[in-house]
Amino acid sequence: MEKLLTLLERDATLTPAELAVMLSKEEGEIKEMIAELEANGTILGYKTIVDWDKTDREYVNALIEVKVMPQHDGGFDKIADKIKHLPEIKGLYLMSGGFDFTVLLEGKTMKEVAFFVARKLAPLENVTATATHFVLKTYKDKGTVYDMPEKDPRDKLLI
Amino acid sequence: MINYDTLFSNTLKNTKPSGIRKFFDLLADMGDVTALTVGQPDFVTPYHIREAAIESLEEGKTYYTANAGTKELREEISSYLSRRFGLSYDAKSEVFVTVGGSEAIDVALRSFINPGDEVIIPTPTFVCYEPLAKMAGATPVIINCRAECGWKLTADELREKITDKTKMLVLPYPNNPTGAVLDKEELEAIAEVLRGTNIIVLSDEIYAELTYGKRHISIASIEGMRERTIIASGFSKAYAMTGWRLGYLAAPKEILSEMLKLHQYAIMCAPTASQFAGREAMREGDADVEYMRAEYNRRRLRIYEGLKEIGIDSVMPEGAFYIFPYIGGFGLSSEEFCERLLYEERCAIVPGTAFGEAGEGYARISYAYSTRHIKEALSKIARFIEKLKAEGRGN
Repeated sequence: MEKLLTLLERDATLTPAELAVMLSKEEGEIKEMIAELEANGTILGYKTIVDWDKTDREYVNALIEVKVMPQHDGGFDKIADKIKHLPEIKGLYLMSGGFDFTVLLEGKTMKEVAFFVARKLAPLENVTATATHFVLKTYKDKGTVYDMPEKDPRDKLLI
Repeated sequence: MINYDTLFSNTLKNTKPSGIRKFFDLLADMGDVTALTVGQPDFVTPYHIREAAIESLEEGKTYYTANAGTKELREEISSYLSRRFGLSYDAKSEVFVTVGGSEAIDVALRSFINPGDEVIIPTPTFVCYEPLAKMAGATPVIINCRAECGWKLTADELREKITDKTKMLVLPYPNNPTGAVLDKEELEAIAEVLRGTNIIVLSDEIYAELTYGKRHISIASIEGMRERTIIASGFSKAYAMTGWRLGYLAAPKEILSEMLKLHQYAIMCAPTASQFAGREAMREGDADVEYMRAEYNRRRLRIYEGLKEIGIDSVMPEGAFYIFPYIGGFGLSSEEFCERLLYEERCAIVPGTAFGEAGEGYARISYAYSTRHIKEALSKIARFIEKLKAEGRGN
């Protein structure tokens, strides 16, 4: 199960037939395992890793540190519930250390992100402070290295 | 003016460069090519293995090691051979570390060959055995293995070629370029031919970790074979460590101590930083090997099926990272086929004849490439086959 998940996390395009070969199982068995993992919410979805810098699309990513005042009745989870449903937000993590949440956010421009923080995030009840950090360049995301070398460094004449 | 021709050794002069030189010259001149020619992993050596070498350098471990290699690495190799293949070799007296599997093969040949001795080499196979055997003074005796037998050496073929002069049998399995792997029964049959003879087996097990759906079995584990077997292996293929030049020899101590003399004078010792990396690889690298094996396995399936869809059949490879499809049905020689594929589609595969005459009609395709690259190459091959058919070639 763990091996199957590790392989799918690395490459979601692997077909059940390929996974069967890689894990020495029957294709049907793999299909059943995946169906079960999807049904019980272990597999939450399949997405594509896009290097948007290769396109004309304008975008900016930001990482925002958020400090909050925990609520008596629901602790951090209740505050997280309010933040996570904002559609602009791509990631939300409860942190140890000097602040409470990390929010990952994508906007069209820095201004848009700044407005979002000022108008939607900071005013939330219990949020006591925010610090916005803009991403300047992505080198690696979700285990995938960006800017892969285009040329195969191996000598094609060596057999 | 100096006349070089009279100076070179006769054996070297008589050693021909690769039979497919023309194809290689062509390939060298072509710029942007979708190549499936490379005989080494596309993975980078796992980081923790690289780190072990970096640390050794940071700590200033830049000296020679013992001729046979560090004690720690030899111990690791010994326990690895036992853990993975059920083989028992004493770390101190029956294993030494070489500069890649290539040195191991060269040392083994040169340690045994007297002029005129015969060395039996089943082909198609990796290109080095025949020239190295000749350089050592041997007469190579070639066995042309057949696709019908899954490219495996059979006991009957072997028996036919044995003479009074036979000194050594090269056993290159898992095989480059065919991907053939010998099963226990097949090894038993070969062992039965060898029992009672005075023939040494040089078992090149460099691809031992890369078998699919079955475990590699060393001929040394077959009854009565250990005493006559030299295992040549290394780190290149299993751990993606080709550039480190790290291999080893394992053999009974009577053999090993003699071979060590040659290594001691010719090489001194394998690179020290590589030895530290190799120890880490064998200690902590099982998961890396497992992942790479699974990746190759998936590509193996994809390329086998992909070729089949185009109408090109192959013996399903069971090891290494090559497939050896039949391309002889189009009225072209292997070299012509590969040259035209290169010229017309800018896709490179290796003519089977590079690996011996037995490879005529076949080509070696490496699947040590990303699936995207393999897909691109397959579509080029498919287009080429359509073109050949339109010319009235093939069916």
